[in-house]
Amino acid sequence: MPSPFPENSVGLVTPQCLHFDEPLVLRSGKRIASYDLMVETYGTLNAARSNAILVCHALSGDHHAAGYHKESDTKPGWWDNCIGPGKPIDTRKFFVVCLNNLGGCAGSTGPTSLNPETGTFYGPDFPVVTVRDWVNSQARLMDRLGIAQWAAVIGGSLGGMQVMRWSISYPERLRHAIMIAVAPKLSAQNIAFNEVARQSITADPHFHEGRYLEHGTYPKKGVMLARMVGHITYLSDSAMREKFGKASEELPSEAIKSNFGRDLRSGKLSFGLDVDFQVESYLHYQGERFSERFDANTYLLMTKALDYFDPTVDYDGDLAKAFEHSQCRFLLMSFSSDWRFPPERTREIVNALLKARKPVSYLEIDADQGHDAFLLPVPRYMQALSTYLARVSDEVNR
Amino acid sequence: MRPDLDIIQHWIEPGSRVLDLGCGDGSLLEYLKREKGVSELGLEIDERKIHACLEKGVNVIQQDLDKSLANFCDKSFDTVLLTQTLQAVSYPDALIEEMLRIGHKVIVTFPNFGNWRSRVYLSFKGRMPVSNFMPYQWYDTPNIHFCTVKDFDALCRERHIRVMARTVVDHKHQGSWMIRQWPNLLGETAIYHLSR
Repeated sequence: MPSPFPENSVGLVTPQCLHFDEPLVLRSGKRIASYDLMVETYGTLNAARSNAILVCHALSGDHHAAGYHKESDTKPGWWDNCIGPGKPIDTRKFFVVCLNNLGGCAGSTGPTSLNPETGTFYGPDFPVVTVRDWVNSQARLMDRLGIAQWAAVIGGSLGGMQVMRWSISYPERLRHAIMIAVAPKLSAQNIAFNEVARQSITADPHFHEGRYLEHGTYPKKGVMLARMVGHITYLSDSAMREKFGKASEELPSEAIKSNFGRDLRSGKLSFGLDVDFQVESYLHYQGERFSERFDANTYLLMTKALDYFDPTVDYDGDLAKAFEHSQCRFLLMSFSSDWRFPPERTREIVNALLKARKPVSYLEIDADQGHDAFLLPVPRYMQALSTYLARVSDEVNR
Repeated sequence: MRPDLDIIQHWIEPGSRVLDLGCGDGSLLEYLKREKGVSELGLEIDERKIHACLEKGVNVIQQDLDKSLANFCDKSFDTVLLTQTLQAVSYPDALIEEMLRIGHKVIVTFPNFGNWRSRVYLSFKGRMPVSNFMPYQWYDTPNIHFCTVKDFDALCRERHIRVMARTVVDHKHQGSWMIRQWPNLLGETAIYHLSR
C-alpha cells in the first residue's frame, strides 16, 4: 500500500513511555520519586552512537515533533517542517530524540498523572519544575538511550533555554548548541504577559484551586484566555495585518486596500458585543482548540519555568561566566519581527559568548511572522539550519 | 587565494585568535583555520556571504561594521583584519581605533586611490575613475571613503598608530623595487600591519 504521507515525512511514528525509578531532586528542593518520560525518536543511531540530536520543545510542545501517529492524522508533529528525510534535521543522517518534559500533559509525569503518595491526581501538588530540572531529566534519558554525547541540542524559545542550560550544566555532553528565538532570561514585559495568562486560569470558577480533575470539570475559559493572550505575543503586528487583511484585496477602492487586518467576520458591524472582526474569531478558535488538548496546571508550570529561567543565577549574574566551561560550538538565530524575544535579546547571549571567547555564529533572519517564525519554514532560516547541520553530520558520521 | 591575502597570512601567528571584519565568504578565515589552526570569527552583513561562511564551517556573526563594535572586549583577539573594506565604511578612522582596541595587532588592506591609473583617468577624462579594479559609478559605489597611501600614512602619524609593516603591490600583487620606490604612484593595493 502506498504511504499516505509526503515523501519527506518520517511517516508513522510511535511514542514510547520510559519509566525512571531513581528519584529526581528538583531545583526547588522537592523531589519526584519516580517518573515517566514520553519519548519519540526518528532516524537511526549510528554504530559510534554519535549522531544523536536532542530537540527540546517550547511552552506548548511535546514529544510529537514530526510524522504522524495514525494514518488519519491531518496534522504532523509540531516541527515537521524541520525534521525528516532531506529536511534541515535530516533523519537520514541523524537520530533525533524528542521528549515531553516533566510536568507536561502529553504522557510524561505531570499534573494529570496519579500521585503514588495520595492515589489521586497530582494537580496543583505537582512540584514547580525548572529548565534545569528538565535538562537533568533529559540527561538521564540520554544515559538510558546509551548516548554519551549529543551531536547537537536544538530548541526554539523555551526550548532554546534548555539548550543554553545544556551547554552550561553538561559542557562535555554536546558538540553543538543551536538556539533559536531565545533570550537569556525573561523581561518584565514577558513575565507580565505570563502573569495575565496565569490569572486567567486561576480566576476561572472551574479552576477549584487546581483540583478541577477531582471535581470532574475543567477551567476551559481560563485556558482559552491564557492562550489568546499568549498567541498575540507570538505574532507580529504585520503578520496579523496580513493574516486578517486578505479580503481587502477584493475591496474596490485603493484607499481602503490597506485595512490594517481589520477584516470583518460577517461583512458588517454588529453594534453589540458579538465577534465583529476576523482576528477575534481566530483567537477564539485558537484558544478553544488549545484548551481541548492542554492541561491548565501544566500551562501554569510552563509559564513559571519560563519566568524562573536565569542561567546566571550561580554566576553572580554574569552570563559570560556561566558559559566559561562550555565546550560546544554555538549557533543562534533570531527573527526581525519577534517582539517576544527580539534580536537584541538574542544578541545578549551572543555577546556573552564572545566575552567568554566561545565559538559562535549568529544570524538575524528577516521574517514577518513574529516569534512564531521559529516554527515556520522561513527559507533563509531553514537553509542556514540545513547547512550548519550538514557540517555537523560530516563531523559525527565519519 | 587573493594575493593580498597571501601576503597578510604570513603575519598571522599559528593558533592565534583572528577577527575578520567584513569577512565575505569566509575564504581567508577558512584558510587560516585549516593551515594555522586559528580560532576564527568573521563579521558580515550580506546574507549570501554569511551562508557561504556556514558552508565552510567558519564562525560568523551578522553584524554591521558601521554600527558599534562595543560588544567586543578590549584585546580579545590577537589580530583584527579589515581587507578591502576600509573605503566602504562610514567612519574609517573610528573603525581603525576600535580595531586597535579589540586586537593586539591590526591588518588593513585598501585600494590605493593615489595609483597612477586613477590620476591619469581623472586628469585626462575629468571623471571619477572606473576600472576593473573599481568598477562602480560615483553614484552607486559602496566605496565612500577612498584614500591614498600618503593619506593613510598621515592618519597613522596623527593618531600615533605604529606601522609595523607596509606592503604596496600592483594588480599582479608583486612588490617590485619600483613600487617600493614610488608606492603611492604605482601601488594598487596597500597592506598595513598596525599596532599601538
